[in-house]
Amino acid sequence: MAYVAVTGGQEAIEEANGLAHFYRVKDTTPSLDIESIEKQLRLLVDRVMGEGGMYAPEYAALALKQAEGDPAEAAFLLRAYRSTLPRNHYSLTVQPVDMRVIRRISSSFRDIPGGQMLGPTYDYTHRMLNFSLRQESNEDMIAFAKEYTDAAELADGSLTFKKVADLLREQGLMAKAAKGKSEEQEPFDITRQKMTIPTTRAARLQALTRGETGAMTALAYSSMRGYGVVHPTIGELRVGYAPVYIPYPYSSEGGDDCLYIGELMLTEVETINSFKQDAESGNVQFLLGYGLCFGQNELKGISMAILERSLETEGTAPAQDEEFVLTHIDSVESSGFVSHLKLPHYITFQSSLDQIRKVQVQKAQLKPEEDERDANNRAEAEQPQENIQHSRV
Amino acid sequence: MSMNSADLINNAEKEWVWNETPLLKVRGLSKQFGAGCIHCKQPTSDEQEGSRCQYCGSIWACRNLSFDLYPGEILGVVGESGSGKSTLVKCLYFDEETTVGEMSISSYEDKTSNLFEKSAQQKRYIRNHVMGMVYQNPLLGLRMPISSSGNIAEKLFAADHYHVGSIRQRAADLLQKVEIPLARMDEPPKNFSGGMQQRVQISKALANNPPLLLLDEVTTGLDLSVQAKVLDLIRNIQRELRVAMIVVSHDLGVIRMLADRTMVLRQGLIVEQGLTDQILEDPRHPYTQLLVHSLL
Amino acid sequence: MQTTEQKQNNHKRTFNTAEYNFAFLDEGSKREIRRKSLKAVAIPGYQVAFASREMPIGRGWGTGGLQLTLSLLGRQDTLKVIDQGNDDSVNAVSIRRLVEETSGILTTEETAQASIIQSRHRIPEEKLKFDQILVLQVPQPEPLRKVERREERTRIQHAEMDYSAMWLTLYESIVKWGSITLGADYPVMVHERYIMAPSPIPRWDTEKLHQSHHLTLFGAGREKKIYAIPPYTNVQPLEFEDYPFEVESFDGLSCRHCGSMDSFLDEVVDDEAGITIHQCSDTAYCRQQQERIG
Repeated sequence: MAYVAVTGGQEAIEEANGLAHFYRVKDTTPSLDIESIEKQLRLLVDRVMGEGGMYAPEYAALALKQAEGDPAEAAFLLRAYRSTLPRNHYSLTVQPVDMRVIRRISSSFRDIPGGQMLGPTYDYTHRMLNFSLRQESNEDMIAFAKEYTDAAELADGSLTFKKVADLLREQGLMAKAAKGKSEEQEPFDITRQKMTIPTTRAARLQALTRGETGAMTALAYSSMRGYGVVHPTIGELRVGYAPVYIPYPYSSEGGDDCLYIGELMLTEVETINSFKQDAESGNVQFLLGYGLCFGQNELKGISMAILERSLETEGTAPAQDEEFVLTHIDSVESSGFVSHLKLPHYITFQSSLDQIRKVQVQKAQLKPEEDERDANNRAEAEQPQENIQHSRV
Repeated sequence: MSMNSADLINNAEKEWVWNETPLLKVRGLSKQFGAGCIHCKQPTSDEQEGSRCQYCGSIWACRNLSFDLYPGEILGVVGESGSGKSTLVKCLYFDEETTVGEMSISSYEDKTSNLFEKSAQQKRYIRNHVMGMVYQNPLLGLRMPISSSGNIAEKLFAADHYHVGSIRQRAADLLQKVEIPLARMDEPPKNFSGGMQQRVQISKALANNPPLLLLDEVTTGLDLSVQAKVLDLIRNIQRELRVAMIVVSHDLGVIRMLADRTMVLRQGLIVEQGLTDQILEDPRHPYTQLLVHSLL
Repeated sequence: MQTTEQKQNNHKRTFNTAEYNFAFLDEGSKREIRRKSLKAVAIPGYQVAFASREMPIGRGWGTGGLQLTLSLLGRQDTLKVIDQGNDDSVNAVSIRRLVEETSGILTTEETAQASIIQSRHRIPEEKLKFDQILVLQVPQPEPLRKVERREERTRIQHAEMDYSAMWLTLYESIVKWGSITLGADYPVMVHERYIMAPSPIPRWDTEKLHQSHHLTLFGAGREKKIYAIPPYTNVQPLEFEDYPFEVESFDGLSCRHCGSMDSFLDEVVDDEAGITIHQCSDTAYCRQQQERIG
């Protein structure tokens, strides 16, 4: 009778919830505090905010605690919470050029104005398990942080830098941003309108920036490896804090007052790709690939820049197919649908059972005739294909 | 939603009456590839000027083509590759969007309305009821993994026939007409040789008894002996069903065998047209002379 | 009853109702969903795109149906939720509890008492009335997806009523198997215009959609589509003149609990006896039949 065990659902769910809670807390103390998760699992928090489509480090940390660290589940919690919130404002366009940079590199040039700035990265650390972290105490953490801050020389002047892409533009090596389009306008909002294919560029970039890091990396990798045409050079990868403004809500019509509401940590990637001749101007210029996402998530930023460029090219590779890429990279949708297979499906299965039984009966009745026809078909097939046969079966 | 197989067969063999009204009228058909610029807004009809715009690289693949096709007639369209002949039939079949021009078919609606301006839904209706198309590449005209009878059925569904028995009867008749063994009617075309695939494609194009059949290089790429068979078949079908055809080919041999009248296309322009015999025996235009002589 | 349950499960509750809007979604979102539902009612069988909010249950677990239900709910409504015909199936319980917790409205297992019925894979056996709304959860709203994988193409096919490819799969099934072998989610023609996926209900339920007294709304959360069959609309399963549509056959079988011979039956293997026995899939209907017999 195991199959009908779904009855008693009410109690079963309560037990399962209780058990899940139990598994999260059993054999362990102290309870993880949210701030530790937010600060010490920073990259995971960044990833969850990006995929959850909500910039709220504390809530992301809470979600991770609740989800026992499963990033897909945590992103899902953020998204579901987001659904309960009204959309009050659209910010003015965030300008990553105004970013207070903590890391900035270019692989296209040996040096860039303002300099390469390695910043916090694991790129050049050796991936060896650091067993000393087992014994890391609160005091160790505080002491290291203090020592590091004291020793650090504060950079002179500003930490905002010109963008490498702008330098290329000044030299005529990359197309200038289209004029007239830089005006502020309310974007197509994929959380308020269904994106239809072919979609707008705004919607495409939104879908990419909320995409699942692993799925995007896989698709970007496929494009680089041979199933596609995009294999770029990184013009610039920058990580830092960018200020966010909203239009001043009480300003008179047409007023351009704005209100600073805080800053976001963002990863921005601009890649340089093959060049093409502009149809209108006749100029030969490099093509840009663009990636931008919440927090420090460089893999996703680069993957987004590759996919963005890839979707601008025509071709038959999976990574060039807008519908394929944009509808399959969303973690909430993909993980939800794959896991829905765990739901009972016995009604649909019953319907198939009915059909297979019907066909079995029909096939059994047809059997003698069928054998004869198969034999005829074989004889037929053995004749030269161009042979003409007028007889009817 | 009902179909009577007897109707279908009767339709196929309905009386053909000679008619002085053209079945198909095409006027000023032009097709441009590329964005175009101020220098190439209009296609020129000057033979000295090429079809490619020297400023923006856009191409007028068809330039101001006008012609008529009468019921039951076969019109040959000949020219080298790049002459615009395939683009022409693709425009007629709505596979390509025509840039400018008019087309009317006397058996459709009020006989005179411009079919290029119809809605996508109406164009689909015209493709399914008034025209048939046979492509050089059978991949374009057939669903390779679906049964051959299913390929024909697909056309019949589009004309609201939903009786499997009658559909199968009709498919059997058509496949028999193109000499496909009936025992193989439920085999997918991907199992067939190139010549057989072409014949299945022809039978599919004929499914709804269209008065007009478009054939684009249908024998190109086939073995010579297979070519001859397919050409024979096309002639027989034309005789039997009185269907008007436009036959596009770079091969004057094919044109000689099939076409009553012929148009010679070069760089998107009609450089010469007339009775096929006349064009082959006494070509006027230097380009046609070159074509005919290279054949000889 | 609700209060005792609340006390019992306090530590397991994830929701504090006061922290959320009535029925979870913000009012702006609900308004959008209702607007799109109205459009769907106006164009029977046509898939209306909507933004689709992420819900506290998994995408593919009924988020489309849930959004419809939550946007329709008023405080006076009574909701019934079933999955596979069963009120007590885990997913039905989960959705019902979510609605209870976020709205505090009444729920019921009695089909006749519900003003809104959200269901996955079944339509209740008891005929629904004009003042009831059936909300069906939809995993794949596009009936043409089987024959054309691109959304961009299928939209054009619907616009042009280009349904040959769909008919072709039915034809091929007959050529290959001697009959149309589609199981659940059997495609239907709605109002002689759109081919529609009725959601994975068994063929048994398909006929209940034709000229029904009630409104049926279909919600696909992941695919972001809403569509509808208004009351008294023609709904025809695709069939050939010589191969008519057939529902599942339970010839000679009856429910082991209520003895019903005209309801959709689940197959259950009796481990001890080693035989297959049958019971009503619609548990509320079965209980009603049992009570009637006494």
